[in-house]
Amino acid sequence: MSVKRLTLPLTEKDVNSLQVGDKVLLSGVMVTGRDAAHKWLVEGYRIEVKDILKNGAIYHCGPIMLKKGDRWKCLAAGPTTSIREEPYLSEVMKNYGVRCVIGKGGMGEKTAEALQKYCGVYLFAVGGAAVVYAETVESVEKVFKLNDFGVPEAMWVLKVKDFPAVVSMDSHGGSLHEKIETQSKDSYKKII
Amino acid sequence: MKPLQEQDLTKALVDLIQRASCDLPDDIVNKLAEARSLEKEGSSARSVLDTILQNIKLARKLSRPICQDTGLPSFYISYPSEISPEKIKACIENALIIATDKGYLRPNAVNPLSGKNSGNNLGEGIPSLEFNEWKRQAIKIKCLLKGGGSENVSAQYSLPNTKLNASRDLKGVEACVIDAVMNAQGKGCAPGIIGVGIGGDRISGYETAKKQLFRPLDDQNKNPELNDLEQRLYSKLNKLGIGPMGLGGKTTVMGVKIGIAHRIPASYFVSIAYMCWACRRQEMIFDLSDK
Repeated sequence: MSVKRLTLPLTEKDVNSLQVGDKVLLSGVMVTGRDAAHKWLVEGYRIEVKDILKNGAIYHCGPIMLKKGDRWKCLAAGPTTSIREEPYLSEVMKNYGVRCVIGKGGMGEKTAEALQKYCGVYLFAVGGAAVVYAETVESVEKVFKLNDFGVPEAMWVLKVKDFPAVVSMDSHGGSLHEKIETQSKDSYKKII
Repeated sequence: MKPLQEQDLTKALVDLIQRASCDLPDDIVNKLAEARSLEKEGSSARSVLDTILQNIKLARKLSRPICQDTGLPSFYISYPSEISPEKIKACIENALIIATDKGYLRPNAVNPLSGKNSGNNLGEGIPSLEFNEWKRQAIKIKCLLKGGGSENVSAQYSLPNTKLNASRDLKGVEACVIDAVMNAQGKGCAPGIIGVGIGGDRISGYETAKKQLFRPLDDQNKNPELNDLEQRLYSKLNKLGIGPMGLGGKTTVMGVKIGIAHRIPASYFVSIAYMCWACRRQEMIFDLSDK
């Protein structure tokens, strides 16, 4: 299968061209955000991050960062479980215009609907493969909320090149996670 | 017996944490490679396992954490009666501070009230330590780094369970384990290793389950009944088709390891410690003999 190269921020056309199962290489600037960040993003409109999120990508990731002099280096940056952000993500997409969500494990119905409604895509990264993804980080551009949230929960602005991922939920209502879950339920009935 | 040189022990502990975080044990790596060979070229499962194996190699080469979630550090310590556990504890705490500074560990200790991260992996109940006295003139320390993704899908059942139609017998235990793996899907970072504790109370049940994760994958259970159950569950769970990271495939679990703890008549718990594929377990012996 061919690999699609995408540059952030994404256009509506970029997103609509993607389908479940597509392999992509993502380049440009993305921002990490997980539990504390999503809660913060919906509890008010956060002007400081609006530009970075507009048509941009949120990466569900709590990286290991090391400060060398006045620069940060990203040592390990694999995805965290996305479903914990299910209560917040549709609102984050609506309020900030986020088009791309990267994480592991997939998300629920509310997000699936939001991906269709606001034209977004969910990209799947391999859990635990932290060095592979950290190696795609060219530079750490900025960080938001480091003092309040701590290293794992802060919003790190990462410039990446050829970040590999697979489309597992698309803007047309397709979901790989739902398909596998349904199949495994059938197998479950057979073995129990 | 030689006196304990705390600086040396601390240094050895930093090495242990580095190895645990950056270098996966061979039995796990081999099993992942075997799982890869079972999947079709071009399949999601194959591509996920390729990435996992590439990551293991890179982490080893660059001495970087395999996974950014280095979990809640747990240590199991065997020590001779002449050495104070308090001293060993202090060395472990120092080692954690150093290992966090060096980037072998993510600062992971968060105060649940304030939301503040302590920044050095120390806090109330962190690290998790278990001390057992032994007769050898050495300190043995086993370290387990288990991330939050797999911890969140770990589960505990109280039998009987009407919903699962599970009674207080090994068939009931089987139903609980299969249910837990079904619920976990890919969220615990499959292919996982399933530690099971039968019996105990809510705490000792989980402890029993978690300790199973130190057993090598090819380890046979000494109890024939449990050994059969382990093999039966291994085969059944791998028929679920959840596959690596839940994207479908032949390998959903790499191993099932079961232990028991005596229960009281009123309770029958089945505790399941789900470990992600990055089963970061290592151990060290710190020799104190005069020889």
